Amino acid sequence: MNERPETEGHLADNIMHFARALRAAGMPVGPGSVIDVLRAVETAGIGRRDDFYWTLHAFFVQRRDQRDLFDQIFHLFWRDPALLERMLGLALPSLQAELDDPGQPVARRAAEALGLGDHNSPQERDEVEFDMTMTFSDQDALRRMDFDDMSTDEIAAAKKAIARMHLDLDQVPTRRLSPTPSGGRVDLRRTLRDLPRQAHGMIPLHHARQNSRPPTLVMLSDVSGSMTGYSRMLIHFAHALTNDRHRMFTFAFGTRLTNITRDLKNRDVDKSLSLVAKRVDDWSGGTRIGGCLGDFNRDWSRRVLGQGAVVMLVTDGLDRDADGGLAREMALLHRSCRKLIWLNPLLRWRGFEPRSWGIRTMLPHVDTFRTCHNLDSLGELAQALSGPDRLADKEMQRWLKAA
Amino acid sequence: MSLPQSIDDTVALLESADYLADRSLATGIYLSLTMGRPLFLEGEAGVGKTETAKVLARALGRDLIRLQCYEGLDIGHAVYEWNYPRQMVEIRLAEAGGDVDREAIARNIYGENFLLRRPILQALESHPSGPPVLLIDELDRTDEPFEAYLLEVLSDFQVTIPEIGTIAAEAPPIVVITSNRTREIHDALKRRCLYHWVDYPNAERELEILRRKMPGCSERLSGEIVAFVQALRGKDLFKLPGVAETLDWASALVHLDALTLDPKTVDDTLGVLLKYQDDIARVKGKEAAVLLDQLRRDMTVDSAAQ
Repeated sequence: MNERPETEGHLADNIMHFARALRAAGMPVGPGSVIDVLRAVETAGIGRRDDFYWTLHAFFVQRRDQRDLFDQIFHLFWRDPALLERMLGLALPSLQAELDDPGQPVARRAAEALGLGDHNSPQERDEVEFDMTMTFSDQDALRRMDFDDMSTDEIAAAKKAIARMHLDLDQVPTRRLSPTPSGGRVDLRRTLRDLPRQAHGMIPLHHARQNSRPPTLVMLSDVSGSMTGYSRMLIHFAHALTNDRHRMFTFAFGTRLTNITRDLKNRDVDKSLSLVAKRVDDWSGGTRIGGCLGDFNRDWSRRVLGQGAVVMLVTDGLDRDADGGLAREMALLHRSCRKLIWLNPLLRWRGFEPRSWGIRTMLPHVDTFRTCHNLDSLGELAQALSGPDRLADKEMQRWLKAA
Repeated sequence: MSLPQSIDDTVALLESADYLADRSLATGIYLSLTMGRPLFLEGEAGVGKTETAKVLARALGRDLIRLQCYEGLDIGHAVYEWNYPRQMVEIRLAEAGGDVDREAIARNIYGENFLLRRPILQALESHPSGPPVLLIDELDRTDEPFEAYLLEVLSDFQVTIPEIGTIAAEAPPIVVITSNRTREIHDALKRRCLYHWVDYPNAERELEILRRKMPGCSERLSGEIVAFVQALRGKDLFKLPGVAETLDWASALVHLDALTLDPKTVDDTLGVLLKYQDDIARVKGKEAAVLLDQLRRDMTVDSAAQ
C-alpha cells in the first residue's frame, strides 16, 4: 500500500471523468459533488462493487428518472470487473479498449457521453432536417425500430427547440370561478364571509371571474415507412409536450392504432422511447390512415376528445387504402374536436401540390394545415395552437382551392 | 332492510327489485356493501349503470341521493352553499331592529337554517332508514379539481365548512359512481373504489330483462328483438345499442302493434335503436333484411331442435 497517494489520485481522476461523462449525458452534476463523492468513497471504501455503485448513486442521482441513465453509464464506465481491484494497483481504466469492444447494446446517449460514438457517421447540424423517403407499402412490415440510434445531437437540438417554444395555448373557458379584483360577477360567498370584519354600513363586493384552462391535446402520429424520418422526432415532441402539459394523449398509427400515452409519461426520454418502441408493432410499415382513424373514432374519440380537445394529426396523407372510409372518418374526427391541425412534412417542398388522393380527401376536413419537417416548424406550431391566426387561414384557403 | 349476507343474497335482492345483474356485478355490489368501499361502474351508455344505484336504494329501502355531474361542478353545487338572499334579509332586519351586536348577527346568519345542503352533505347526514345510497352520476363530465375534492370526501366521509366545523358521517353512505368514459378518471380515485365494467347482457339475460320490464311484449316478438339486437352488437357500429335501447324498441314495437319483426317495421323504427346516422344508413334496408333472415333461420333450427 505504498502507492496509496498515487492511487487516490487516479481514483479521483476517474471519478472526475465519470462525473464529466454523466454531465455530458445530460445529468446535472456539479464539480462540488465530485469532492463530496471522493470523501464518501473514502469513507465507504471501494471493496465491493455494489457499495461503490450505491455510493456514487447517492451523490449523482437526484431524480428517479436519472437512475436508468446512471446505471448505463456506470456499467459502461466501470465495465472492467477487475478494474476496481486493480485501481489500488495503479491501473487506469482503459477507455480506448472499450471503444473496440462492441459489448451489449446500450443507449447511444450514454455511449456518446463517453466518447464511444461512431465519429465517422455524419452528425446532424443545428437545423435538423430529415430526408424524405417517398416509399410506402401496404404490407404490415411489423418491424421493430431500434430507438437506441438517436444521437445526443438530435436530442439536444430537439430539447433546445422545445425549450424555445412557448406553448401559450388558446385557453378554453371553464365553468369554474376564481377571485378577481374587479369585473366578472359578484362573489356572494366571499362578500358575506367577510361581512363581520367590515365597518358598519359598508359592504365591499368581492368579484369572481370564469377560469380558463389549456385544452386537452391529442396527437395522432403516423409512424409508417414514408414517415420514418419524422416520426421519431415527433414522438420526441410528444414526449416533451406530455411532460409539460397536464392533459395530452398520444397515439401512433401505421397499419394499426396504438395508444402510447402512458409510455410517454416517463420523464426520461430514452426510457420513454424504448417503451414506445416495444409497444408499437408497425414502425416503418404500411399506412392505413382511414382504418386507423376509424379505430380512433370508434374506440377512443369519445374517451379523450371530451371537453374541447385539440387534435394534431401528423401524417403525410399518403394512403392507398381507398376503402378505409378516409373521408368519412376525417369528417367525423373534425366534428368531434375543437380544432383539427394537420402536420404534414411533405409541405416543406416548395412546389408541393395536394395531388395525392389521400391528401385531397383529407384537406377539406382540417382547420389548419402545417409542415413539421424541422424544429422551426414545430416551433411555429405553437402559434397554430394559440388562437386563430389569419395567415394560416389564408394559406388554408389556398390549399383548399388547389385541392 | 339489512345488507345481503352473500353474493347469492345480493343477486336475489336485486332480482326482487326487478334488476337482473350478472354474477360479476353482484359480486362487486356485495363487496362494496360489506367493505364499505365506493363502487365505480364504467360502461357504455344504456347498460344500466345508473339503474344499479336506483335499484339498490329501492331494494334496501334507503334514500337515494343523486349528484349529477357536469363541467364546472363546484362545492357550492355539490356540497353546501349559504343562502345569501336570506342572509342579506336577516342582516337588514337586524339593522332595522337596531341590533348592532355584529358577533351575534354573524353567529345567527351562519346557522343551520341558512345552510343549503347539496347532495354530498345530505348523504353524510344521518337518515332514519339507514345510510343512504349516494349516486355520483357521470363523473367523467366534471373536471379534475372536483375529482380531487371527491377523493378527500370518499376516503374520510367528512366535509369541513369553515363557519360551522367538520361534519362527519355517522355511518358512511353507500356510494355508487358511474362514468361513460368520455374522459379517463384518475387512477387515484379508481384505486379507492371497487371497479366494475358493466357489459352488454347476453341473449338469455336480455330476454329475461325484456320479459320483466315489458310484460305486454309477446314471447315471440321478445325473442326476435333480443336476437336482432344481439346480432347488431356483433356489427362494426359507432354506437352499439344498449339495454335501454332494447327496451325502448320493444316498447315502440308494442305501441305499433307489431306481432313479429319484418324488414319494413325494422327500417321504420331503427331510430329508436341506433342513434347515429352512419349506423342507421349502414343497417337500414339490405343489412337489416339479411339479419332478420338469419335470425329467423336460427330460431326455426332452435325450435326444431327442441
